[in-house]
This record gives sequence, C-alpha cells and structure tokens, in this order.
Amino acid sequence: MEAVENILSINNIEVKYHEVILVLKGVSIEVPRGGIVALLGANGAGKSTTLKSISGLLKVEVGEVTDGAIEFEGVRIHKKTAVEIAKMGIIQVIEGRRVFEHLTVEENLKVGAHLRKTGSVRDGLDLVYHYFPRLLQKRSEVAGFVSGGEQQMTVVGRALMTEPKLVLLDEPSMGLAPMLIHEIFNILMKLNKEERISILLVEQNVKLALNVAPYAYVMETGRIVMDDTSEKLKENEDIKDFYLGLSEKGKTKSFAEVKHYKRRKRWLT
Amino acid sequence: MELFFMTLTTGIMVGGIYALVALGWVLIFKCSGVLNLAMGELTLIGAYVTLSFYSMGVPFVLSILCTLIIGIVLGILIERIFLDKLIGEPILAVIMVTVGLSFFLKGLVGFIWGTDTRVFEPAIFSLKPFTIGFLKISIVYFWSFVLAIVLFLVFVAFFKYTRWGLSMQATADDETAALSLGVSARFVYAASWAIAFMAAGVGGALLGNINGVNISIGYLGLLVLPAVVLGGLNSVPGAIVGGLTIGILQNFAGTYLDGFFPGGVKEIFPFAFMAVFLLFKPYGLWGWIKIERM
Repeated sequence: MEAVENILSINNIEVKYHEVILVLKGVSIEVPRGGIVALLGANGAGKSTTLKSISGLLKVEVGEVTDGAIEFEGVRIHKKTAVEIAKMGIIQVIEGRRVFEHLTVEENLKVGAHLRKTGSVRDGLDLVYHYFPRLLQKRSEVAGFVSGGEQQMTVVGRALMTEPKLVLLDEPSMGLAPMLIHEIFNILMKLNKEERISILLVEQNVKLALNVAPYAYVMETGRIVMDDTSEKLKENEDIKDFYLGLSEKGKTKSFAEVKHYKRRKRWLT
Repeated sequence: MELFFMTLTTGIMVGGIYALVALGWVLIFKCSGVLNLAMGELTLIGAYVTLSFYSMGVPFVLSILCTLIIGIVLGILIERIFLDKLIGEPILAVIMVTVGLSFFLKGLVGFIWGTDTRVFEPAIFSLKPFTIGFLKISIVYFWSFVLAIVLFLVFVAFFKYTRWGLSMQATADDETAALSLGVSARFVYAASWAIAFMAAGVGGALLGNINGVNISIGYLGLLVLPAVVLGGLNSVPGAIVGGLTIGILQNFAGTYLDGFFPGGVKEIFPFAFMAVFLLFKPYGLWGWIKIERM
C-alpha cells in the first residue's frame, strides 16, 4: 500500500446529522489511484453516509463532517459544496438507479456531460456506447421505462460522461438479476483498467465485492472494524460467518445451528 | 359565419399571449415543482417596465429587450431573496410564499407607477386591422401572436438541445441525482425564474399595447392558470396549446354566450372548462404522469 499514491484519503472523520445524530464515529479509508476499494457492511452501518460525505451530497440531508478530514489528490474537500466536488472529478452514483425518468437514455447521458470541458459531448457518448452497447439500442427510449439493468447502465454511463477520476458506486447490484450483475461488474472492471477510473464500491453482496476489489473495508455502526486485502478477508472466520454465510468447514451454514446470541464478533471485544 | 371566424382568429391571437405567460408558469413548475401564483404580477411588472422605457423614447423592440434583461435580474433577485432559503421545505410553503409575493409585487407596482391606466404613446401598432379575405386581423394581435410563437420555438430548442435546458429538466426529475453530477439546483432555480420573468414580461408588454397598462393586467396571471393546467403543468407544448385553447374558448364564450348569461361569462368559462376537462384527464394534455415500475 505504501508505494501507491492515494487518490482519496479519509482521515478519521466524524459525521453528524442535524448537529446531534452521530452517524460516523471515526472512519478512515484510503483509495489508491486507479484502484478499486470495497466498503462492506450491514444495513445502517454508515456506508452510504461515508460516500455522501465524500461527494458532498451530505449537505442536502443536513449532515456535516464535524471532525477529521477528507483529502482528494492532496486537497481538503470536506468543506466544499457538492458541485465543486463534482467539478474536481468525484462522482457518486446514488443508490437505487436514480435515472431522470422523463428524459430519454441519451438525454440522461447528456446531462452527465454538463461539466465537460474538454472534448465534445459526442466523444463522451461514443465512449459510453462503446462500454454499454445495450444503451445504444435504447438511446431514444424514455429512461423511466427501460429495464432495471439498463437503468443501472444509464446511471453508470451518466457518471462516465463527466470524465470522473473517482467514482463512488452505491450498491450497483441492488435488485438486479445475477446475469446482469455479472455484466455490469465486468464493465466496471474494464472501465477501471482501461480508463484508469478509481472506484470506491459499496456493496451488500460481499462475495461479489471481494472478487472485484483487491482491498476492502468492513463497517459496522459508524466505524471501520476491519480492513485488509480481499484474499485475507475471504479467509477470515468472522467475515465467512457473518457476511458470506459459510461455516468453518466451508459448507453452507444451517440456520438451525446458529446461536448468534452466543457467538460474538471478535472485533467487538 | 364571418363572426365565427373573427372570433376564432381573435381567440387564437389572444391565446398566443396567454401561451407566453403560461410558458413562464410551466417553466417554474417544470424546474422546481412550484406553482408560482405571483405570475400575474410578473406580467404586470413586465408591462410597466416596457412602458417606462418606451415613454423615455426607447424604441419598442429595444424596450422589450431591456425588459428581458430587467426580467432576468428581478427573477434572480426574487429567487435569491425569497425562495433560496426555502429549498428543501415543503412545496406548499413555497407556493404560499408566492402568494405573499404577489401581494408584495402588486403593492410595489402601485407604489412606483400609481394605479391610473397608462397607454403606450405614440401607439406602437396601428389600431387599423389588416384584412385577409374577409378576415380582419388587428395588427397588435398579429404581432403578439408571432412573437409568442417565436419565443415558444426558442424555449423548445433551449430545453431540447442545450446543456442547461437538459440540466433544468434533470433537476426537476431528481434534484439529488442532478446535484451528484454537478448540476447546481440553486442556479437552475434562479435561471427558471429569470426565464419565466422574461416570458411573462413580454406577455405583459404585448397586452399593455392592447388594453393599456393598469393593475388589472395582474389578473391575467390567474386567467392563464386554466391554460397551464389544461396543457399539463410541466409541458411546454401543453402551455402553447392550452393558451390557444383558452383564448379561443374565452372569445367564443364572449361572443355567443354573453347574450344568455350576461356579465362575465367570458372570464368564468375557461375555469368551468378546466374543471370538466380535469375530470377526464387529471394530468392535463401532456403533463408528466408519474412513472411507476412494478
């Protein structure tokens, strides 16, 4: 890790909503340039909040980074507005496939080109259609009516149109068929390799995330409780038990045997 | 028969002006979801500003251009002073603020320009109508109509082909998602108010040419409401069709029904029509129907 330059480093941030509700209690994450990092955890662990505090969308929800710092390419960004942050090249793909329903697929993509300075919109569109050929077929259809997978492709393509340096992906697999998930993640990995886009990935699908990202963080109730390479995390007993649903022998676990009230997570001491 | 066609053409021409004001209304709704009940007052101010420039000896076309610029400035000011703080508040609160705004602006107009009816002097368009076949068309109406159509085309092109137009529509659809792509909602709102003020201002200026300028132009804003609702609150073509329909209906009601129901049927009829129409098409002609996926 030391040898690689970090594009993003989050240093021990604390986030409060409405000035009282403490959601993140000291989160530190590093994303190497050109890398993929996964952020795992159960519902309500604070994964989405972490992404929003990076992209600045937190302010829309009356949240604030009250302590710590977020640095992007060496610049402190946690006091900047969402628009400024987007201009710097950090784009969050919000969870839940938020397409602009009443615009066509291509118009959706064009909105992504809003900040584009260099190159024409046409180049951007060509690039998106190169990676998502399916969108080319659907370009003039109203985005609210295309399938879930195509909507996910639209929002990822839309983010791609901004020429991002770092993409924050919030549960891109949510509610999609396994085949489609596979297709989308293949494209994401290709984008990472060929376009050198760094990715911070939030996923509930731990198995998938550990296969895609070489390094991962595990969050629980507003804290990072574990971080390691995916290889090691896959071997970790706790991860296997709580997130992968495997017992020590590597077999599928029977719920009859689970006495989770007795079994303590090791990291909670 | 001649009376019928006369009524029809007058209706279409007046409808053109309604369409223009309706456009402003639609724009604000489209971008921010706010029903701007101060639209009539924006029209009123537009009329007075144009009149003031014209009285100072500025040529009419130039006065209109100046009104456009003042409209942009005032639109942004209103948005920044009154509405910016309300972003994220319930939409009803914002709508109520526009009601308050309408009283404030009306008072302001009375304060600055007084309440007497003033006219454009010398008259810009000759009052003599020109004739096509057996149709007599008043020149004022004709140019108002043309201007409305031109502005309509400009707006459609703006929304369809420009970056900002698309971004404004995107913000209307999903503000947070638009923000995540770097589209500033505050800028979009300010821009929509500026453009709405422009449209309303030009509408007001044209109307002022026809009937003279006084505080009653403000009521036109309310009269345009059926036009907007008819077309669908967020459809630009809807505003045009709605405006024309209301113009035509109003004139027909005035010509043919006034004999039976004397006194004001002309003003009431569009509202009655709107009520009945909404029973059958609750979203208006081309309003956005909420897309729900199963």
